[in-house]
Amino acid sequence: MRYRKYPFIAGFLVIPVVLYVVFVIWPYLQTFGYSLTDWSGQSQEMHFVGLENYTKLFGDHVFLQALQHNVLLLVFLPVITILLALFFAFMLNVGGRGGTTGVRGVRGSAFYKVVFFFPQVLSVAILVVLFQAVYRSDGSGLLNGILIKLHLQDPSAPVEWLNSPNLVMWCLLGVQIWAGVGFYLVLFSAAMQSVPKDIYEAALLDGAGRLQTFFKVTLPLLWDSVQTAWVYLAIAAMDFFVLASVLTPGSSFGGGPDYHGEVMATYLMRNFLTFGKSGYACAMGVVILFLTLILSAIALRVSRRDRIEY
Amino acid sequence: MRSDVNRRDLIKRAAAVGLLAAPAAGLLSACASSGSGNDKGTDKGEKSKENPFGVANDAPLDVVIFKGGYGDAYAIEFEKIYKKKFSGSKVSHLGTQEITGKLQPRFNAGNPPDVVDDSGAQQIKLDVLYKSGQLTDLTPLLDAPYIDDPSKKIRDVLQPGTIETGSFDDGKMYQLSYIYTVWGLWYSGKLFKEKGWTAPKTWADFMSLCEEIKKSGIAPFTHQGKYPYYINIVVMDLIAKHGGPDLVKRIDDMDATVWDDPAAKAAVEAVYQIADKGYLLPGTNGMTHIESQTAWNEGKAAFIPCGSWLENEQLKATPSDFEMTFLPIPSLDGDKLPFEAIRAGAGEPFIVPKKAKNQAGGLEFLRIMLTKEASSKFAQTANSLTVLKDGVGSDVQLRPGTASTVTALTAAGTNVFNYNYINTQSAFDTDVQNASAELMAKRIKPADWLKRVKAAAEKAKKGS
Repeated sequence: MRYRKYPFIAGFLVIPVVLYVVFVIWPYLQTFGYSLTDWSGQSQEMHFVGLENYTKLFGDHVFLQALQHNVLLLVFLPVITILLALFFAFMLNVGGRGGTTGVRGVRGSAFYKVVFFFPQVLSVAILVVLFQAVYRSDGSGLLNGILIKLHLQDPSAPVEWLNSPNLVMWCLLGVQIWAGVGFYLVLFSAAMQSVPKDIYEAALLDGAGRLQTFFKVTLPLLWDSVQTAWVYLAIAAMDFFVLASVLTPGSSFGGGPDYHGEVMATYLMRNFLTFGKSGYACAMGVVILFLTLILSAIALRVSRRDRIEY
Repeated sequence: MRSDVNRRDLIKRAAAVGLLAAPAAGLLSACASSGSGNDKGTDKGEKSKENPFGVANDAPLDVVIFKGGYGDAYAIEFEKIYKKKFSGSKVSHLGTQEITGKLQPRFNAGNPPDVVDDSGAQQIKLDVLYKSGQLTDLTPLLDAPYIDDPSKKIRDVLQPGTIETGSFDDGKMYQLSYIYTVWGLWYSGKLFKEKGWTAPKTWADFMSLCEEIKKSGIAPFTHQGKYPYYINIVVMDLIAKHGGPDLVKRIDDMDATVWDDPAAKAAVEAVYQIADKGYLLPGTNGMTHIESQTAWNEGKAAFIPCGSWLENEQLKATPSDFEMTFLPIPSLDGDKLPFEAIRAGAGEPFIVPKKAKNQAGGLEFLRIMLTKEASSKFAQTANSLTVLKDGVGSDVQLRPGTASTVTALTAAGTNVFNYNYINTQSAFDTDVQNASAELMAKRIKPADWLKRVKAAAEKAKKGS
């Protein structure tokens, strides 16, 4: 009877595989094809130019600058988000002390959980509007308003957050962290709740403090979740299109001031749509794809640990 | 703890999907380009004097309008006129801000609409469409009779500069820029009367007035810093007035030697003074057009550079006694053009795609737009002038800002200039905008600005 199993399984798989090939794999191959042409993006007329787009790309200082910004995000976004999320999750689940019920979170942890998760519920569009008001460059901006009220900033020279070459990437990073921590907090919370309470109680009885409990018990048991979060955040750091294109100055897809707010995706879109260099933009797309793939593979491999069974 | 494992796997899988989705920004659009249709002109009618393009009475017409500062109510009025003329036709109307998103796939697939108002932040760049051979040559429209007076041709009733603006490097017109816009500085007539200030005619007067305004506690100048397009109005108009029309042409031609010209140096140094002497509204370099224009409406700043769409855009924010008034960019010493000279030109490009099914209907729609009836409708609903000469009936009441542009246009006479590089050299324009933003933030000096813009012009010349 065994042999009849395979046509049965294949029958179920045909449709999803075809859909996947047509809507995912084929566009990818097409993009690679277009990246070898001088396609303008608005008609089917194009010429084959070989690898010219790729060689141009690595001499393009704007692209390299954008790449640097993505690398900066790649370094800081996962570290800060995960550390914050871990800290909050720890405090909410096992950080509380002094009760008779043993291990539990700090007082009001259910309420905090909702508060922290809230940014995750907001759509990116709302997020952007919100932070436009926060970073507004005159005295009506939230940050500037506070600074001026506290007499830390001269009202005639407010901080132009997003128009400052040194601040703009950190401002974007701040938005993403603010919006992202809640999700990873919930993710880590779920993982912590599945850790048997007796392990914590044992640690408690042995006299472990909060720090020791965290590093010796919680973190090792959560490693799988941390690893997943790391990969996911690394991918997010390679993108950043929405925040950069809407919040940073510049007419088409932001990128300002003077390319200091540029990420690869915004530069790609400007070339694709505004400058009519779609072939060139496709080459960027291919490069971003491979960078992201390589990074994910590295992140998964480097962070590999033996799984602790419990 | 079984379920825990499942959850982990699930999230890993979600991560894998994200892996594929992350760089999809450009990739997604790519799949839209497969397939190419070349069927066109399927619907043909009889040509006649009233119907010079031979529109079939029953051919459907597909109109896509950029629904921005001017809305799209005017276009619906035009469609009514069209339907009256071709009773059997079905007109489909789409008013949208996402021109690129909605139309790029259609252009690529070879089934574009018949008329497109290709404008706004998400317009499909016209130089790109032109280079891809997607635009219909509008010469037949120019040679067709003017509906209100069939003894005249369309080309004779357009404002000067309209045909030039719509033409590309092969000398033919491919876009009808319908709205006649003037660019310059704007101020509140009421505020100036109250304070006893007079609008300056020379740059020196402008600077001393700025000093006076600053002392009164109002910021003399604001600009839409997040979009450096606006400050470039001041920079480029000063260059044009100081160096004359010849310089404008050389800039449009990407002649890099222009940027060594003393006119360019004088203009950039003049603009730099605004930032250097502290005349800018605090924070203006990071403000959006809405934020800065509203601050200006609230009387926080005295001058703002903008085009004549400003009045319509700020309708709700403008106090009723504001008296919005237009001012040409003040003159530098030794200007080749007089103070009255202004940048004016046709904007809001309407195109008929080359592969449009009802190409004749598209052309006829443009011809209908160029009538007194349509032009007056436009002035009423959108508070702006069209490129039709004397296009507004005497019964149409204009708002103060629009009225002040009519006065300025009359005073300017033939001293009208316009830049074309904004439409034809997108990458160069972006570079100039970046340089100007840095200049206003005092991060670079005028000499650096000139160096950067010269390099950008050289790059554009090579690349095109």
